[in-house]
Amino acid sequence: MKRWIPLLVFLVLAGFLAKGLFLNPREVPSPFIGKPAPAFSLPLVGQPDKIFGPADMRGKVWLLNVWAPWCVSCRQEHPVLMALAQSQSAPIVGLNWKDKDREAEKLLAEHGSPYAAVPDDLSGKVGIDYGVTGTPETYVIDKDGIIRMKHIGPIDPDVWKNKIEPKLKELGA
Amino acid sequence: MKPWLFSLLLVCAAPLWAGEAAPNAEDPVIEQRMIKLAEDLRCLVCQNESLAGSHAELAEDLRREIRAQMKTGKNDQEVIAYLTERYGDFVLYRPPFKPVTYLLWLGPLLFLGLGSAIWYVTLKKRRGLKNEPVDEKNLAAAAQLLDENK
Repeated sequence: MKRWIPLLVFLVLAGFLAKGLFLNPREVPSPFIGKPAPAFSLPLVGQPDKIFGPADMRGKVWLLNVWAPWCVSCRQEHPVLMALAQSQSAPIVGLNWKDKDREAEKLLAEHGSPYAAVPDDLSGKVGIDYGVTGTPETYVIDKDGIIRMKHIGPIDPDVWKNKIEPKLKELGA
Repeated sequence: MKPWLFSLLLVCAAPLWAGEAAPNAEDPVIEQRMIKLAEDLRCLVCQNESLAGSHAELAEDLRREIRAQMKTGKNDQEVIAYLTERYGDFVLYRPPFKPVTYLLWLGPLLFLGLGSAIWYVTLKKRRGLKNEPVDEKNLAAAAQLLDENK
């Protein structure tokens, strides 16, 4: 019995380390799940006289996608979002985060826009209010304006199929 | 003047124009408070850096926000509440003591207890061992072996 103890200790330790190896340290649990989406009112990219706020989306299940023209993984995500916009499963609002070089309008005109609206968060303060740590991040918000899910990092077809789409179905999008 | 002497004098003179770096903040008191607070907060981008020491853009924004809030008269607790509302307890290097963190805070004590228990049991066992008299036959065999190697 006694000679099995080192093996046992090793296995327990290896188990913990293996678990740690597959955890994603970027996946910070959001304190917003189940809470109302913070209110804001921002001008739209390309239409600075129009003001957008989350209240405008009441009654719809929608996605708030925080992106930026300078963000590389957002470009990787872009074609996926384009396909999603075409499938019309839920409107996507693209919060343009800290676009200091003012490139969003040009970029969206060039590559196409998957967004129903693009509020312009130049100072980045709205992003901070949503607990954004880095783009892209996507929030699933329900008909009552409650945040139901947050995804950190680009959405790929796999994330969409296994994580976001089931949530949308559950919320009745 | 000899070149080496000139060089030496130059080196000695350096401290003369080395003044103290001017504080780059308008309000040194708030700056100090902000840095003291930010040292205990985690930068969300470079997760092993404190908010005080990180050069990440988000850290700069958050430092600016902390400064601004302190200027409006918010105390440290209120500023921390502002950050945890948005980023959760993850932003704190010293997580609060609550049910999910009981194991985290008490774990070391638990291991200390476990270690002490093992130590106690081992010592107790050792005390039970007696000095048994050595067998004469074995002693002779050992002496013979030692002799062989001479």
